[in-house]
Amino acid sequence: MLFGFPLLSLIIWLPIMVGVAVFATGGDRNAQLARWIAFVGSILGFLVAIPLYTGFDSTASAMQFVEHRAWIERFNINYHLGVDGISMPLILLNCFITPLVVIAGWKVIQERVSQYMGAFLVMSGIVNGVFSSLDAILFYVFWEASLIPMFLIIGIWGGPNRVYAAIKFFLYTLLGSLLMLVAFIYLYQTSGGSFSIEDYHQLPIAFTPQILIFIAFLLAFAVKVPMWPVHTWLPDAHVEAPTGGSVLLAAILLKLGGYGFLRFSMPITPDASEYLAGMMIALSLIAVVYIGLIALMQVDMKKLIAYSSVAHMGFVTLGFFLFNAYGVEGAMVQMISHGFISAAMFLCVGILYDRLHSRQIADYGGVVNKMPVFAAFFMLFAMANAGLPGTSGFVGEFMVIMGAVKVNFWYAFLAATTLIFGAAYTLWMYKRVIFGEVASPAVEALEDISRREFALLAILAIAVLWIGVYPYPITEVMHTTVDNLLIHVSQSKL
Amino acid sequence: MQTLYLLVPLAPLLGALIAGLFGRYIGTTWSHRVTISLVFVSLIASIIIFMDVLDGNVFNGSVYTWLVTGGTTFEIGFLIDQLSATMMVVVSLVSLMVHIYTIGYMKGDPGYQRFFSYISLFTFSMMMLVMANNFLQLFFGWEAVGLVSYLLIGFWYKRPTAIYANMKAFLVNRVGDFGFLLGIALVLMYFGSLDYATVFTQASGMASETIELIPGMTWLVITVICILLFVGAMGKSAQFPLHVWLPDSMEGPTPISALIHAATMVTAGIFMVARMSPLFELSDTALSVILVIGGITTLSMALVAVVQNDIKRVVAYSTLSQLGYMTVALGASAYSAAIFHLMTHAFFKAVLFLGAGSVIIAMHHEQNMQKMGGLKKYMPITYWTMFIAAVASAGVPGFSGFFSKDAIIEAVGFANIPGAGFAYYCVLITVFVTALYTFRLIFMTFHGKPRMDAHTKEHLHESPWVVTLPLVLLAIPTIGAGWFIGPMVFGDYFGSAIHVLPQHDAIEKLGAEFTGVFGMMVHALSTAPFWLSVAGIFTAWYLYTVKTDIPGKIKSRCGPIYTLLDRKYYIDEFYSWLFAGGTRALGTVLWKYGDIKLIDGFFVNGAARVVAWTAMLVRRFQTGYIYHYAFTMIVGVVAILTLWLYQF
Repeated sequence: MLFGFPLLSLIIWLPIMVGVAVFATGGDRNAQLARWIAFVGSILGFLVAIPLYTGFDSTASAMQFVEHRAWIERFNINYHLGVDGISMPLILLNCFITPLVVIAGWKVIQERVSQYMGAFLVMSGIVNGVFSSLDAILFYVFWEASLIPMFLIIGIWGGPNRVYAAIKFFLYTLLGSLLMLVAFIYLYQTSGGSFSIEDYHQLPIAFTPQILIFIAFLLAFAVKVPMWPVHTWLPDAHVEAPTGGSVLLAAILLKLGGYGFLRFSMPITPDASEYLAGMMIALSLIAVVYIGLIALMQVDMKKLIAYSSVAHMGFVTLGFFLFNAYGVEGAMVQMISHGFISAAMFLCVGILYDRLHSRQIADYGGVVNKMPVFAAFFMLFAMANAGLPGTSGFVGEFMVIMGAVKVNFWYAFLAATTLIFGAAYTLWMYKRVIFGEVASPAVEALEDISRREFALLAILAIAVLWIGVYPYPITEVMHTTVDNLLIHVSQSKL
Repeated sequence: MQTLYLLVPLAPLLGALIAGLFGRYIGTTWSHRVTISLVFVSLIASIIIFMDVLDGNVFNGSVYTWLVTGGTTFEIGFLIDQLSATMMVVVSLVSLMVHIYTIGYMKGDPGYQRFFSYISLFTFSMMMLVMANNFLQLFFGWEAVGLVSYLLIGFWYKRPTAIYANMKAFLVNRVGDFGFLLGIALVLMYFGSLDYATVFTQASGMASETIELIPGMTWLVITVICILLFVGAMGKSAQFPLHVWLPDSMEGPTPISALIHAATMVTAGIFMVARMSPLFELSDTALSVILVIGGITTLSMALVAVVQNDIKRVVAYSTLSQLGYMTVALGASAYSAAIFHLMTHAFFKAVLFLGAGSVIIAMHHEQNMQKMGGLKKYMPITYWTMFIAAVASAGVPGFSGFFSKDAIIEAVGFANIPGAGFAYYCVLITVFVTALYTFRLIFMTFHGKPRMDAHTKEHLHESPWVVTLPLVLLAIPTIGAGWFIGPMVFGDYFGSAIHVLPQHDAIEKLGAEFTGVFGMMVHALSTAPFWLSVAGIFTAWYLYTVKTDIPGKIKSRCGPIYTLLDRKYYIDEFYSWLFAGGTRALGTVLWKYGDIKLIDGFFVNGAARVVAWTAMLVRRFQTGYIYHYAFTMIVGVVAILTLWLYQF
């Protein structure tokens, strides 16, 4: 805690309060006001998160910036917050992405502006809550609450098939997390009345219950990540979501699942994790190879990027269950990098969609002739998506492959196929959309990106290149936490 | 001196950034002025460093720490020794020449600044590759040159063939990189570091370590690592069967064909294997693989070159074949000869390409040699420089190509590992084929009767000085570079940069017989390669200037063989059927049946349907009619009463 100041509470509640203030601006006659409040609020949200990084002690193994207050005393539920080297980078990522989604919706959203902007700010606060909760019930509340703004964003501002997509998204993820609640209640009983996640980490659990708890968690987290075969909600959700929604979904919401594995599954049920690691690795590798092949055949740009997200998130779960530092840190880097790259990819598609109102690859062709600056940015992000060294996309994949080969050569072999498939689906799409002669009068009428769009893409480009060229600072904050986690996981709880 | 090391890659990077980001503001002239002067700075720095290395100052140090994870430190750093210094001079020299040449070749192109930005970026990437002191940075440079190659092949992005070729190049290279990255991963796993020095010092201790990849089959770790690394080299240096991208890369503008797809980037694989000589020396199996792959590439690609009519394609296939020579040299542990041939080839092939480009400008972008002929009198500078390069390429004594190629052939003759015999005959036969296709190009293009249309013929003229100057400057080392063979190949020029085991040391045996360059030339007169080369030139002369109707007759007599060569052994068709078609079919099946039908259709929406169906059943009970409820109630009461009555 910085001078006793409740920083984490501020990081959670400031965006939510601003979000409420944005709602309060009411109808669309105050749209401009709503936009500006949302923008300033999101920037403030990012600024208050900076002390989290500067004040973070990367050598300390305990939770930092801890806040602890009684909430529902009867059940020993507490308002208990804290961060470590795993959650802190994710909070920063979230606070970084929020201003971008606000700017991304600046011109495109012309109806119910205040609700739209407000929803994103509230979402930002809720997600920070998920990442910093150390009490299981508090976590669960934030976790489920995060569904609501996203459900609304897809359901209200989405495409023609938005209702199906929104309901599919909601039910899929809700059903997944119900069993997690059951697991929490079981753990509450076994631990003698505690909802503290840190208590659960130390709690001895027999083998069979561990397996059951692991599976309960798995359903919740696997749907979020999403892992194969519970990934089919994602392409639909992305296709129907507005650009900002897709960005948020890919950059932040998918990370909740990955975070869950590190915070819950692995430390609470280490024996089950180890026992089922083979299955987890198999599912992850299927995601990389199978989804890579599916992505190749997509005709809808957003679907293609959605599938590519699933494949990239396969590296995250693969890295976790290798149980070595390369794998876990690589997976963390992959999560952050994917946050930037997928955000950028969806923004790029959004920029095209705003102009042509089509996501079909076949409707484009020769865009570079009309939008050279855009094409240059898109090239950079496409290459990052294909894992080119020098971009952030390489770092995580590289680390995970290095970790995988230590466990089994063939894991690394299958994972490394992403070098080929990732490049194939990304560059093939790029070729068909960007290169060639101007394909239609609609493309002929395209205008290059505006200053606002330029700023968005430039910020993400800097982030992508910076992590690619110098990933040292990002991994530096993780080492202690990850090392402790790995030591913890290696000790049996039986 | 260390500032100078940094300057070598960073100066071109700065040039690339300026031309790329601000090119539209500073205009074409300033774009090329800035990039050319910065590449010139890089050249001067490289030469100073080269001199310094000759004085024995070898440097190995890190610039910054890229990443620390799992107890391993990954650093970005430079290893400056004889090998990297040689490469730095070659790369910056050819790059500078190509920069200057580009002023003339790309004049008036709307992407002028972009082009300069790309080739400067390439110079940066290539420098990072050759100066690396660890595998990670090597891989960075490796992929970065691949990226620039992709961007440049597709430079004219409106052409469907260009944007197909660049994707193909990138993907085929990615197949190589796939193996390369796995090799690097194994290096990290077994050596605990990616730093060259650390790995190489431990290498001999690792020589007998085995790995069981498939249960029941054990391999030497070193063999697996070396073969995987070599897969990377096969992609980048276009060795069979990953060679398919290089001929198509000719869709790019000619300057980059010279710079990237002949002189520098494609030799990265050769450089890499030479750099890794302490590892490759420990695996005879890997060296055998290299010999065989190199041998196949050398001969099969040279044969294809004979039937090509596109001037650039001839040179492209020639490049493939010459890369095969270098690969064979690597397999025979003649690393110094491979690097020496890399250097001489960089010069004479750059001349051939830039000369071809000069011809193409004069011909108004006509590349078909059947529509050329008799250009000699219109383009004397181009003709003579290309002629010198052709002579060097054919291996005529005195010219650079002769020395490097002869050293390779002799070294392979001395090699005694499996595959050496096969490779030896491949390279020997190829000498004849090389002379044949090179002089076929010269005779078809510059001699005989002009076959172009009248309009083109009227406008024929020599290219401007920015085009011819690089040709002339590069023609000098094309003649002269070979004379350094004494110190560079047989002497201890490379010092500790290259490591050869005593039992592999064919160069040592050759060096014992080496009596100076003149002795080598005299000796050559009594060996097969010389006479094969002469025979090749003579055949080309006879077929393409004296009896010009014979080639047509041969073509119709040997129909199937001609077609096989013309279709490049049908490898492209086979790949596009198997790999492109196969993955697309597989992707479609997985998508339509796996995702849509099975997961979404059966499980997800199926679950929803089960819920809906159950709900529909249950709903029947809630009709809202009082008499339904009353009736149900009565049935219930009766049932309970009956149970109650009969139970007691």
